[in-house]
Amino acid sequence: MSKEELISRELLAGREYAGIDRIEGPLAYIRKTHPVGYRELVECIDREGNIRTGLVLDTSDEVVVVQIFEGTSGLTLPDTRMRFMGEPLSIGVSEAMLGRVFNGLGKPIDGGAAPPTDDILNVNGLPINPTAREYPRDFIQTGISIIDGMTTLIRGQKLPIFSGNGLPHNELAAQIARQAKIIGDNSNFAVVFAAMGVKHDVARYFIDSFEETGVIGNVALFLSLADDPSIERTITPRTALTLAEHLAFNKGMHVLVIMTDMTNYCESLREISTLRGEIPSRKGYPGYLYSDLAEIYERSGMLKGIGGSITQLPILTMPNDDISHPVPDLSGYITEGQIVFEREMNGRGIYPPVAGLPSLSRLMKDGIGEGMTREDHPHLSNQLFAAYSYVKDVRNLASVIGEEELTPLDHQYIEFGEFFEKSFVHQDSHEDRTIEETLDIGWQALSKLPVEELHRVTEDEIDEYYDR
Amino acid sequence: MTDRIIGQVSRVNGPVIEATDITDAMMMELVRIGYGRLVGEIVKLAGSTAVIQVYEDTTGIRPGDNIFGSGMPLSVELGPGLIGTIYDGIQRPLEDLLEAGGEFIAKGVTKPALNRDKKWHFIPADGLEAGSMVEAGQSLGTIRETERVEHKVLVPYGKSGKLLELAAESDYTIAEKAAVIETGDGTFNMEFYHRWPIRNPRPVKERQALKLPLVTGQRVIDTLFPLAKGGTVAIPGGFGTGKTMTQHAVAKWCDADIIVYIGCGERGNEMTDVLMEFPDLIDPRTGASLMDRTILIANTSNMPVSAREASIYTGVTLAEYYRDQGYHVAIMADSTSRWAEALRELAGRMEEMPAEEGFPAYLPTRIAEFYERAGYMTVLDGSEGSVTIIGAVSPPGGDFSEPVTQHTKRFVRCFWGLDRQLANARHYPAISWLDSYSEYLDDVSGWWETHSGSAWLKNRSEMMELLQKEVRLQQVVKLVGPDALPDSQRFIIEVCTLFKNAFLQQNAFDDIDRYSSVEKQVRMMEIILLYSRRGTEAIRHGITLLKLRHMKVVQDITRMKLSIANDDMKAMDKLEARLVRAMDQLEKIYE
Ligand SMILES: Nc1ncnc2c1ncn2[C@@H]1O[C@H](COP(=O)(O)OP(=O)(O)OP(=O)(O)O)[C@@H](O)[C@H]1O
Ligand SMILES: [Mg+2]
Repeated sequence: MSKEELISRELLAGREYAGIDRIEGPLAYIRKTHPVGYRELVECIDREGNIRTGLVLDTSDEVVVVQIFEGTSGLTLPDTRMRFMGEPLSIGVSEAMLGRVFNGLGKPIDGGAAPPTDDILNVNGLPINPTAREYPRDFIQTGISIIDGMTTLIRGQKLPIFSGNGLPHNELAAQIARQAKIIGDNSNFAVVFAAMGVKHDVARYFIDSFEETGVIGNVALFLSLADDPSIERTITPRTALTLAEHLAFNKGMHVLVIMTDMTNYCESLREISTLRGEIPSRKGYPGYLYSDLAEIYERSGMLKGIGGSITQLPILTMPNDDISHPVPDLSGYITEGQIVFEREMNGRGIYPPVAGLPSLSRLMKDGIGEGMTREDHPHLSNQLFAAYSYVKDVRNLASVIGEEELTPLDHQYIEFGEFFEKSFVHQDSHEDRTIEETLDIGWQALSKLPVEELHRVTEDEIDEYYDR
Repeated sequence: MTDRIIGQVSRVNGPVIEATDITDAMMMELVRIGYGRLVGEIVKLAGSTAVIQVYEDTTGIRPGDNIFGSGMPLSVELGPGLIGTIYDGIQRPLEDLLEAGGEFIAKGVTKPALNRDKKWHFIPADGLEAGSMVEAGQSLGTIRETERVEHKVLVPYGKSGKLLELAAESDYTIAEKAAVIETGDGTFNMEFYHRWPIRNPRPVKERQALKLPLVTGQRVIDTLFPLAKGGTVAIPGGFGTGKTMTQHAVAKWCDADIIVYIGCGERGNEMTDVLMEFPDLIDPRTGASLMDRTILIANTSNMPVSAREASIYTGVTLAEYYRDQGYHVAIMADSTSRWAEALRELAGRMEEMPAEEGFPAYLPTRIAEFYERAGYMTVLDGSEGSVTIIGAVSPPGGDFSEPVTQHTKRFVRCFWGLDRQLANARHYPAISWLDSYSEYLDDVSGWWETHSGSAWLKNRSEMMELLQKEVRLQQVVKLVGPDALPDSQRFIIEVCTLFKNAFLQQNAFDDIDRYSSVEKQVRMMEIILLYSRRGTEAIRHGITLLKLRHMKVVQDITRMKLSIANDDMKAMDKLEARLVRAMDQLEKIYE
């Protein structure tokens, strides 16, 4: 910041106005102010003297539009005071925040005192220079076969769970948080958990699960629950990621960020956009939803020469189980793969109910194989995908012509499919399989097929693992 | 940059700023805003007000902040040092920014696009001396920019005239004097670089018909849906269907001289991937590092949206500059949809009337203008060069009927449609052989036939016909099961399955398969067609499908892409001979 800018800011910082001109949903409009900065922090003081946090969304000579995160209920036009702080919305961050619970704006809500802070950081963060990134390639063993074997999670990846209402995404996320490890690495880790618009019992479920495994001291929770003002959700992931960035890139920790539910986040964004009369794109969501989500999801990864990492595990529920809905669709265009749940598999009692084919990990290519997992892993997973995709065709055929009419080969595929779903995909929510176990079960599945059908594995691999 | 104040901010709405009290500004002028001197561009002028699109985050900008004029439009610097560099959407050098500002891109940090300190060895062109007449676009000499790129120092457009001075052979920085030219309107001191406004196409002598393929080493592309040098192609596909992988594969292995890769609103890690991988990859044609021919433009999804809008123009301008030096340049833009969405976002903030799905009405015009900058040209100095544009399209919900895909389709002549089903089955590249097309087939078949014999086009048609037939047969199978078909028809399905597994599928991660030489592609096709023709005959002679399917040689055909090296045509001949023998034997038994 230049000197003249500093002086001018200091002069104007903290100027306060009594009375606002208009309130509409979470937005407050004030006329005739001094020049107010775009995205400047605002303190909104109500009649009782309570302070709410706001942010400038639009500023001009005429009018300033402020969004108020705690909502506007109870505010009156004449008795509300607005204080323009002359600086962006920031939070204090420190390692002492681990083990604590905060609201979406980073204020403690566990009854404890505000933790000491190492630094004060702008919650919007800054884009990482692509040349500063270190390409993520460390395999994380989650102990869950369908993930480790087929959609491998890599440290520094952003890998969302695309789920639906009532499906066990929380169980899976908690299981991953519990079991995730890098073989032979015990460095510092932390979990940052951001809840947007989910119910109390969901938050409770995660807290219990962290307590049960004794890691709660390494977890910071940012809760903006279903009964909190919906507008607060638009800032919650940013607050959480600001702490995550501090822990990862200033303190060298490996941070797992769980964010649930991104669909609620997007709905809050839509709410504000509609209120402001912006031109909508698909399903009423604002045209900038892609860029907005990217600002969140891209705050993950690793940096060259700096030890820590941010791995993101966002959870989103697909409205109507529709993967082409804007929220999962735009997320899929930004994240590095997706774990997709299927209601039908859940109905058949398969846990985790992960649909193999639409699930994908884009970073697994550089994190699996010889020296990382096992040399047969890349070809094995490829072959399993190919065979499983054929199973789906055969099942469709069987539903038309009847199973009896299938060729003997197709029968073998059906058998392979059953085994794959029941023994490879399905496991207990407390079962922690090693990568070798996972790959071996994969080969057991392939052994249900004749060897001529296996085009994607090499002859050496067949000699070594097929039908052992 | 000058400190000429041309007006004040009156409103800030995201990346769009309104200004008042505007004096002496021009449309599309590059401006700086506020204390941080953020970069912006005037996109609307009306009386004393203006609308400015800002290329950096506008947090903290206030009404009343000053706007400074530059007197010139948004431009890029053209000169040696571009190759091997990674820029953001408005040509800020990201590696230099990293050094200056740390891991995160801070606002207002600027660095010149071309290094001012580096010395380049200049060799003046033969036969030029003081007194020679020189034309715009003419080369005054060369600089070896990288192992494989010889950079021509071109007389800038509009600066024809009499050469008064020419730098002698020696080492120079780009800001030193290259020449002095007496032009129609005064003497012009020419440096080793110049500027060009990114929204204006660089002039050429004339546009030529396309005749050469852009050979990519990707079989489904080269053999089924070829692209021509100077041509345009769109790659549409839902998320995760393989647009980026296809673009990376083409960037790595195609036979262009220069690659401009634009990451437009996509992932940061994908650019890191390129940065990490390209320097170590060797171009099979020249033996030089792939980074020696590549320029990267990275305006990732979390970087400012206006700079994303500018990034594709920055990219195509750099490409035209190398075309003007007589090179064949290929541009990859990943993804043009993000660029279109940037247009939409900016238009929305300017409160323009939306047309389809919120996009501005001028979207098709902008798409057309961009793809029109491709072409095979006779450049100003009479040599030939080309710009080929390969644009990814990311349709919402994977639905190709949306505006960006539809309008793009009107302006490109080649279409590689990615198919979700294929991608889910891990059939990569997931380029659909049913939805895709190339209008360059006739343009490039001449080249193929001189390089690989006269049967190329015929073989391709034969295979495409089989694939079409297979679709109909599969529909029957879906209704009544495969047993209802006679062996002759089931064999067509069999051949197509083989063709898909052995030929169309290509593993980008395999050391051999990631790239297929022209010769290998031709031989692979011939062998599969031989199997098809001989097999059809054999079935007519009463041999069963099962017997054909169980020939050991079929397994080897499936694996030839992985097991036979690109230049090992002997092995291909041997494989073919074994197929012939196996067929002969089968037929003998049944005679
Ligand atoms: N030719 C290929 N060979 C092997 N794997 C591939 C190939 N093409 C795509 N894939 C696989 O598909 C994944 C997704 O591909 P890619 O990143 O190119 O998709 P995309 O279409 O660019 O998606 P998005 O629109 O989300 O950017 C890759 O990470 C890789 O695992
Ligand atoms: Mg992509």
